Amino acid sequence: MRVAVVSFPGSNCDDDCVRVVGEVLGRTAYKVWHADHDLQGPDLVILPGGFSYGDYLRCGAISAHAPIMADVADFARRGGAVLGICNGFQILTEAGLLPGALHRNAGLHFICRDVHLRVEGLATPFTAGLAGRVLKVPVAHHDGNYHADADTLARLEGDGQVVLRYCHPDGVVDAAANPNGSLGHIAGIASAAGNVVGMMPHPERCAEPLLGNTDGLAFFQAALQTLGG
Amino acid sequence: MKGKVTVRLKAGVLDVEGKAIEGALAKLGFNGVGAVRVGKVFEVELAETDPAAAKAALTAMAKGLLANPVMETFEVALEPG
Amino acid sequence: MGQRQPQPPYDAEILRGHGLTPAEYARVEALLGRAPTWPELGVFSVMWSEHCAYKSSRVHLKRLPTTGPQVVQGPGENAGAIDGGDGWAVVFKMESHNHPSFIEPYQGAATGVGGILRDVFTMGARPIALLNALRFGRPEHPKTPHLVSGVVAGIGGYGNCIGVPTVGGDVMFDASYDGNILVNAFALGVAPKDRIFLGVAEGVGNPVFYVGSKTGRDGIHGATMASEEFSEGSEEKRPTVQVGDPFTEKLLLEACLDVMAEDILVGVQDMGAAGLTSSSCEMASRAGSGLVLHLDRVPMREQGMVPYELLLSESQERMLMVCARGKEARLIELVSRWGLDVCQVGEVTETGRFVCTWDGETVVDVPVAALVDEAPVYDRPQSPAPPAACVEALPEPSSVGKALLDLLGRPTIASKRWVYEQYDHMVRTGTVVRPGAGDAAVVRLPQTRRGIALSVDCNGRYCKLDPFVGGALAVVESALNVACVGARPQAITDCLNFASPERPEVMWQFAQAIDGIAAACRALDAPVVSGNVSLYNETNGVGIHPTPMIGMVGLLEDASTAVGSAWPAGRSLVLLGGAMPAFGGSEYLLMQGHALAGPLPDLDLPAARALIDLLLAAHGAGLVEAAHDASEGGLAVAVAEGCIQGDVGARVDLGATALALFGEAIGRVVVATGDAEALLARAQAAGVPARRLGFTGGDRLTLAGTDAALPVQALRAAWEGAFPAVVEG
Repeated sequence: MRVAVVSFPGSNCDDDCVRVVGEVLGRTAYKVWHADHDLQGPDLVILPGGFSYGDYLRCGAISAHAPIMADVADFARRGGAVLGICNGFQILTEAGLLPGALHRNAGLHFICRDVHLRVEGLATPFTAGLAGRVLKVPVAHHDGNYHADADTLARLEGDGQVVLRYCHPDGVVDAAANPNGSLGHIAGIASAAGNVVGMMPHPERCAEPLLGNTDGLAFFQAALQTLGG
Repeated sequence: MKGKVTVRLKAGVLDVEGKAIEGALAKLGFNGVGAVRVGKVFEVELAETDPAAAKAALTAMAKGLLANPVMETFEVALEPG
Repeated sequence: MGQRQPQPPYDAEILRGHGLTPAEYARVEALLGRAPTWPELGVFSVMWSEHCAYKSSRVHLKRLPTTGPQVVQGPGENAGAIDGGDGWAVVFKMESHNHPSFIEPYQGAATGVGGILRDVFTMGARPIALLNALRFGRPEHPKTPHLVSGVVAGIGGYGNCIGVPTVGGDVMFDASYDGNILVNAFALGVAPKDRIFLGVAEGVGNPVFYVGSKTGRDGIHGATMASEEFSEGSEEKRPTVQVGDPFTEKLLLEACLDVMAEDILVGVQDMGAAGLTSSSCEMASRAGSGLVLHLDRVPMREQGMVPYELLLSESQERMLMVCARGKEARLIELVSRWGLDVCQVGEVTETGRFVCTWDGETVVDVPVAALVDEAPVYDRPQSPAPPAACVEALPEPSSVGKALLDLLGRPTIASKRWVYEQYDHMVRTGTVVRPGAGDAAVVRLPQTRRGIALSVDCNGRYCKLDPFVGGALAVVESALNVACVGARPQAITDCLNFASPERPEVMWQFAQAIDGIAAACRALDAPVVSGNVSLYNETNGVGIHPTPMIGMVGLLEDASTAVGSAWPAGRSLVLLGGAMPAFGGSEYLLMQGHALAGPLPDLDLPAARALIDLLLAAHGAGLVEAAHDASEGGLAVAVAEGCIQGDVGARVDLGATALALFGEAIGRVVVATGDAEALLARAQAAGVPARRLGFTGGDRLTLAGTDAALPVQALRAAWEGAFPAVVEG
């Protein structure tokens, strides 16, 4: 598996994603520069977390216009697997590759803590085989409050495009387990075809025993299996 | 009565957001763009019907909460209706 | 030049505005043999300020130990460095941003973080951890919630955005900080040991480059402001607030590290307080060279700026780089890739003079030595503060259980979750012990198995009661924190926050604290490698408690062996260390409504050293599963906190008196172990007093001989609920 991690100015988690794929999983991971036009033949593209362009204007709004995003859109249109994590999710919505938008957290504060996620919905390259699992993964964001109009939301729910929801450790989904006020307690969604996924939590931050939690590896391992090792 | 409070950074205070947007506009091919300054607009609905009193109230709100006098300036205006 | 500027002779008010006494100004004229030009007056003003010249503190700072086999770079550079092992240097420093944070808490704290990060990456080190030590006034003071919210948001706003995890810190509340909060930011980075960059302007003819944000009128005279006490009305007279731009700093960080990966730079220095002036003068001074700057070439953000403003501006996110000749094009290429301004603004000269030109005209021409070496140094008069009153006994609480819950709900003791959850403490995937999970934070040393432990600490009340003992205890406490997670203390950075040095009592406190810190550093083999002094922390003549903040760095051979402070179930709890508790300066004392009073617990440095050695040996033998030192709130609070974190009860015998339960001493650690016999035997062999306290298990904390049998849930509610209540009401 070859994984391209896009570096935008202000991306912070690009190295972390490269580390998990390269050092923890022993596969090929490399960074591509936002201003370039070459994804270098990946099996998977990750848009990492961070504060691209300082989150100025709107989170992800400026990066969505980066030259590389035309290539990411092409790759996605041809069925390529794309994962946006945190700021990467925000960029995907701003670029129109995923519906909806991510607003300021309901509590108005930046939140960094472990949350639990229930995996559900259609099988995506990152969640295949995980449906029904509850995984502990940290969030770290100021704008993770998912919003979409009623029609879009109904379509997402109807078509199984909601793939991750905030929940309690026992899998129960309710407002108390939702850290940011997200509609439908949504933590992650997929495109209609399932190949593009955006999620606010950071699976790359919990993929090594030293960090005390390896639940995040499940997403990367699912990608390994789906995309052919 | 509806009031409008516009809050801007004081001249001389670095507008980091404006600076980033400036650069992005240039990259998108909008040439000839000078400095971009970002501000906020608050639309406030008021029960007050006397324009002078409404303006005074808006000014007090701006001073007390909406603007940070350390780094921001503000203007208040009334809108008909 | 467009603008009219004052000409000599300068009146008394102008000189006062520049923080220069008549005697100091006379010296300026004597050194120059003439009156300074207006920009030269500005240059002297900042270079001779307390902030840059350490004029009141320098004679005392010399007494701090600064050497040791582990020291790679001692004080005097942008940051200090120690040997991290496996070819890595660990670079760190702590710095204050107190006054700006009081005036504009968000931006003041944010730019404090930005400044300390630049100090670290200027050395060629990638920053991997941030901590902060905050002191606020009384929780019920009307300004406190606003200041806490703003400072925390500012620290988070900057650190989160630039992608350096904020892994730990320390927050305390006390009335002495009502009018002068403390915001001390600590940053740590790592660099290959053989590629540390220094702030030297060497090599005659080498070009000097300006890199980063454009210069505006931000914070002009911030450095002199930081050196003057507040008075009512100073909020109106403030200079333009500096605004932090973490996005630009992220670009600057990556650009600098790209440049530093190649052999391009001779020297580099951050433009911090006093901006272009101090960065260029300090670089020239260290190299014994001169510099000429063409100020008209400096990238400017605003129209009509004049040399005086360019020299004194404290615009953020800027660096001065001395480039090797012939490498200019590569420097420009690497920096431009990140979209930053880069331009040559001067050259290194052999003249030993700091020269600035404006459109070809010389506007500053001053010997570098006059600005740096000839800066005034004062051995200011000292007089001992009268000894504090002492309480020998306090009434026993009517209910020990209630007293414990009340103590857990004191904002200084309570959980700081509200704070650290607003900081990204996990980015860079190196955080092994997270904030709130252990006595010290632990991050991994990249590309190795090693770990770095970090802690910041200082109890200003102890320092107020006895600055020598308080200073020493701050070092001991931070060393114990680091040892609790299993790391050997290595070195400290200090941030010395005091009131006006012009008051003999304050100067005495400062000198005493230095001596206390020095004694403890020697006893623990943890020298001082970097630091910062912040004086004049007082408003209308009321000063803060002396607060010499200590940032301790320790190392673990294997990061995966680090332990936290959450009790596991079914373990013995053992107390190590025989320090005798006292009520002096304790939370329990203040909770009784008592004024601050002594006596302080005894300071026993050899005993502290023996305790640390024992802890580390026991940790190496696998006998420590969790450890927590007893500090504010005493032994009962320490045991309760471990229960809350481990979500487990305990049945312990701590003694039944208020003194035994809630009295404070620095030099006691509670350890959870699976083999109490072996641990007690080791303690006995090491000559460290130790005793078994009890066992963990169940869902209640029971204190033998008292009425306390509290559900862990109740402990948690008290401990977790207090901080949000302070800020959010």
